[in-house]
Formats: sequence, C-alpha cells, structure tokens
Amino acid sequence: MTEAVANSKDVLVSVSDLSFSRGSKMIFDGISMEIERGKVTAIMGPSGTGKTTLLKLIGGQLYPQKGIVTIDGQVVHQLNHKGLYKLRKRLGLLFQSGALLTDMTVFENVAFPLREHTELSESMIRSLVLMKLQAVGLRGARDLMPNELSGGMARRVALARAIALDPMMIMYDEPFTGQDPISMGVLVQLIRLLNDALGLTSIIVSHDVQETCAIADYIYLVSGGKVVGRGTPDELRHSDSEWVQQFMNGFADGPVPFHYSARDYADDLVATE
Amino acid sequence: MQITRTTEIMVGLFVAAGIVAIFFMAMQVSNLGGLNDKEGYKVTARFENSGGLKVKSPVTVAGVRVGRVASIHFDNETYESVVEITIASEFNTLPTDSSAGIYTAGLLGEQYIGLEPGGDEEFLKGGDEIQLTQSALVLEEIIGQFLFSKAEGE
Amino acid sequence: MVEKVQQLGQFTLEIFEKLGRSTFFLWHTLTGMMEVLARPRLIIAQLHSVGVRTVLIIIVSGLFIGMVLGLQGYTTLSDFGAEQSLGVMVAASLVRELGPVVTGLLFAGRAGSALTAEIGLMKATEQLSGMEMMAVDPVRRIITPRFLAGFISMPLLAALFSMVGVLGGHLVGVGLLGVDDGAYWSQMQAKIDFNEDILNGIIKSVVFGFIATWIALFEGYDAIPTSEGVSRATTNTVVISSLAILGVDFILTALMFGDI
Repeated sequence: MTEAVANSKDVLVSVSDLSFSRGSKMIFDGISMEIERGKVTAIMGPSGTGKTTLLKLIGGQLYPQKGIVTIDGQVVHQLNHKGLYKLRKRLGLLFQSGALLTDMTVFENVAFPLREHTELSESMIRSLVLMKLQAVGLRGARDLMPNELSGGMARRVALARAIALDPMMIMYDEPFTGQDPISMGVLVQLIRLLNDALGLTSIIVSHDVQETCAIADYIYLVSGGKVVGRGTPDELRHSDSEWVQQFMNGFADGPVPFHYSARDYADDLVATE
Repeated sequence: MQITRTTEIMVGLFVAAGIVAIFFMAMQVSNLGGLNDKEGYKVTARFENSGGLKVKSPVTVAGVRVGRVASIHFDNETYESVVEITIASEFNTLPTDSSAGIYTAGLLGEQYIGLEPGGDEEFLKGGDEIQLTQSALVLEEIIGQFLFSKAEGE
Repeated sequence: MVEKVQQLGQFTLEIFEKLGRSTFFLWHTLTGMMEVLARPRLIIAQLHSVGVRTVLIIIVSGLFIGMVLGLQGYTTLSDFGAEQSLGVMVAASLVRELGPVVTGLLFAGRAGSALTAEIGLMKATEQLSGMEMMAVDPVRRIITPRFLAGFISMPLLAALFSMVGVLGGHLVGVGLLGVDDGAYWSQMQAKIDFNEDILNGIIKSVVFGFIATWIALFEGYDAIPTSEGVSRATTNTVVISSLAILGVDFILTALMFGDI
C-alpha cells in the first residue's frame, strides 16, 4: 500500500486547518487530514488528545472555531439541520459504549434506523435485520436486551445497526478498548471484512497499536492538537521520529515524559506548605 | 419500542379513568348537573339594602332553586342596590307582580333571594323588573329595634 | 469583595444562560409536535410510563387527603353547627387548590424524577448522541413524546386525585361522622361552579403538567453525563419543579379567584 500516496487520490473526507478548543483548552490546532474512499484509515494518539472529539467534528455534532470538514464534497458545518441529517444517514458512528437503546431488544435496535428512515414492510425489515445480524454473527442473540450482552457483543450489535442503512462510511470510536483477545480478534476481522465486502470507507480512532496496524491502510498520529506522524503502518514503524517510535513501541519514557509536569522533585520534597 | 397489549390496555384504562373523573367532577361535584346559568332570562330587582347577597347566590321559589344572582351594583341616583338575577328558562310562568325578598338560610347561613309568586296573568320575561321587593334583614338593626322597643315598653 | 461580586455576576449569568437554553429546548420540543402526533404509538408508550405508573400514588394520596379534610373540616364546622357544608369545604379545597397542586408535586417527584434520570442516563450512555448520528433527532424522537405524555397525564391525574379525595371525604364525613348524605352532595353541587372552580382547576393542572414535564426533560437533557451529574439533575428536577408549581399556583390563584 505504499503507492497510496499517488496524486490521483479519491478523497472522501477532508479535514483542513481545523481548530477546536473547549473553554481555554486547545484541543486541535490547525489539524489537516485526508481520508481516502474505500480505505481503512486510523487516527491514533495518546488518551486525552481528543480523538473522539474529532469524530464528533466530522459528524457535525460539534462545531470547530476554524477550518472546514468536507465529506463527499459537502462542507459539513455549512449544512442546515436537514442537510446535515441527510448526510448522517450515509454515515455510521460506532460509539465506544455501543450506545444501544437500552429499552429495546437487539432486533429492535438494529431495526431502529430502518423504522425511522424507511417505509419498508415488516417482513422486509425482518429480513434486513437478520442479514445484518448474521453479518456480525449475532443472529441468535436477536431477542436479548442490551444489558444481557457482553461489551464485545454490544459493539457488534452496534456495528450491525450502523450498517443497517448501508452507509458509505463508518467511524469507529475506540473499537478495541476493554475487549478480551477473542472479541478483539473478531472485531478486527469484522471491520476489515465489512469495509471490503460492502465497499465502505472506515475511520478508526484507537490507541491499540497492534490491532490497528493489522487492519489500517493509512495511519495519522495525533498529539497535542497536531498531526505528528502519518503514513502506512510500515512507514510509521520505521519512522525516524522519536515520538512516533515511542508511541508505536509503547516506551514508558521519551518525548512524552513519564512525569506529569511538576516542579523539581528535590525542591518539592523539602518545601513546606 | 414494542408496545404490548397490556400496555395499551393500561393506558386505555388510565385515560378512561381520567375522563370519568372529570365527568364526575362536572356532574356530581359541580352545578353542571343541575342548572345551567347560561340558559335563562334575566330580570332585575331593586333593594334598599342587599345585605350579604353575593353574585351566584341562589334564587328560590317555594324553597326550590330556580336561578342565581348574576350581578349586583349600586345605583348612583336612587342609592339602591340593583340586583340582576338569572332564572332558568324552564321557570317561565312567574307572574309579573311577584315579589322578591332577601332571606337568610339558618341563623348564620348565607343569604338568598326568595321569590313569592303574585296573581297577575302576565309572566316575567327577560329585561323585566320585579317591583315588589323586601330588603335584607340586617341582624344589628333587628337587635337595635328590639332593644329600643323594650326600652320604650318599660 | 470584588471576588464576591464577580461570583454573584457569574451566578446570575448562569441562570439566564440556563433559562435561555431551556427556552430553545422547549421550542425544539414543540416544533416536533406534528411529527410525533403522526406516530401515536410513541405517545402511548410514554403515557404508560408517565401516567399509568403514577396513578397508584395519586389515588392513595388523594384518598388520605380527602379523609383528613373530612375529619378536620368536620371538627371545625361542627363548632358552628355547619357540618352540612362539609361537602363544599372538601370539594372546594380539592378542586381549586389541593388537587392540582398536590398532584403536581407528586407528579414532579414520581414521574418527573424518573424522566430526568432516564434522559440523563440516555445522555450519559451516549444513546442520544448515537441517535443524532443515526440522523434521528433525539429531541423529537425521545423528548417530544414524553412531553406530550406529561402534558396529557397531569389533568387526568389531578381529576382522579380530586375525585378520590371527594369520595374519601364522603367516606369519613358521611360514613363515620354521620353527616347527611344528601346535604354532602347537594351543598357541594350548589356551591361548586363548573366554569369557576372545576375548569380553573383543570387549567391549573395543565399548566403544572407543562411546567413539571418541561423542567424534568430539560434537566435530564442538560445533565452533565456522569452519575453525579444525573443525580444532581434529578434532585434539581424535584426542587425546581416543586418551587415553580407553588409559585405559579399563587399567580394563577390570584388571577382566577383574586376578586373573591
């Protein structure tokens, strides 16, 4: 995938010079990235760098102070309520928690977007829901309530729900966090499979280096509100940047200090407050 | 969101019970079951003193309620109290020379207007005035008169 | 000193900010009305959780309050030999005042707090956000049906409360204390006016339903999405709606019965 950086890129989502701050805290400071159609793109970085915020900015749930986001040629933050909702029907966002509706069964959760946005007959909805559940391997769990599901299962149901309307793009928010190795393997495989089989474009936000590298075509490393590294997994592994090396290999100390910024240790010990 | 039949039935019962309660309030608790004040004709009566009479005080004939007091105001020229009463349209055979008096229900009860039918062949209709009236008895005046007559008698 | 003044200013600004946000929220809720009315099943489901589940507490409280009114009223009225007026006293207290107000307070405590907690938890578990990303407007899909259900339930609950109260008063007054059955009802019917008393009582309960539901839903929607935030929002709902109901009740009473 090294030739991905060709000139004729088919860009689906482009983020350019985006700045966002919450209160006085700067979260993004002129960040730019391009996400290619049909590829799995990962956005990685340490916890607390606002990766989830970035997804919400792309999905139009938050408004940036500066910069623009375009999806499929539409400038997200210039759309009106109706236009934005029309665009969102073609996007799927998988929340970390799954965000399943707790008062409905698995079946009804997957059927929810179909019932809300289409006028399909009940038998048609049933077939579609079972198809989507089959794709994530949970057709047998259709009558369970969300609180009866394990974390990994909940995410798979949420995934089935996200693909219910056959979107053009799915965004995954920390899909691997807190999963046991088996569920993790299942999710890794599912994300790649669905992307290729349904012709989707995927954005994964994560800090799990191994799993993400296994499926991503292209990776952006984000830290301190800036893109600090970009490239294919291979390129990043062999990067010269110390920061990238620290992150990719998980060293405890490096450009990102082990210690939270404080005054001198010796001074602090003798100080009396 | 699945709605089971039980849910639907419960909601149905709830709404029905609420409507029954409103209906109960209208018919059993309030006056709606009895007289409707809107349907009726209005006549006026002038009293020298209308005492503790209030708007909505009952109007009775032979102890049966036939209407209510609609308004009470003061006449600047004659210094009388002008009482407008609404009588239900079904009681349309009250002679024009009927008299009206203000009475008290029980010693401490509220005041009401009692109508005494006369003997005329014509009946009262909307806008008429009852000519013969008897003012409210004011307790202090009666006691005053009583004491005065006692003192005179001795 | 300067700090104190700053804090006061900050606090005042926050209150206005919240008021503004809640007004926008109400507007958003109300503009979704048409869509929701086209899907009555959404409202039925909410009538169940808001209305039906509040019925029991309303009936039990109504019965007890009616019985207490019967007992207390009898003691006072019999001093003046006016036990006959017991029915009027019980009914007037209930229909004009206690029915709408106590129902409003119980409604805020039972249904309002549940609504706030439900919406707050939906927000904390990203269900609202999730809906937004599925291109479903959470205010119209989740809030509006609940708002309508609260708005419809309150007058029905208040009427139930008053009815059960009047019957409770009858139970004590006529059943135990020997007030004449005919007098209980006839005095009541003679004095309680449908437009003046009952309709005004219903108007009050509709207004209280509007206020309590609005506050409960807004507090939930505006809650900080943590367990502490949701718990604080739930407390806020009960406190703010109770105070709002009592305050608005004074204004409405002054407007409706002020000339008497």
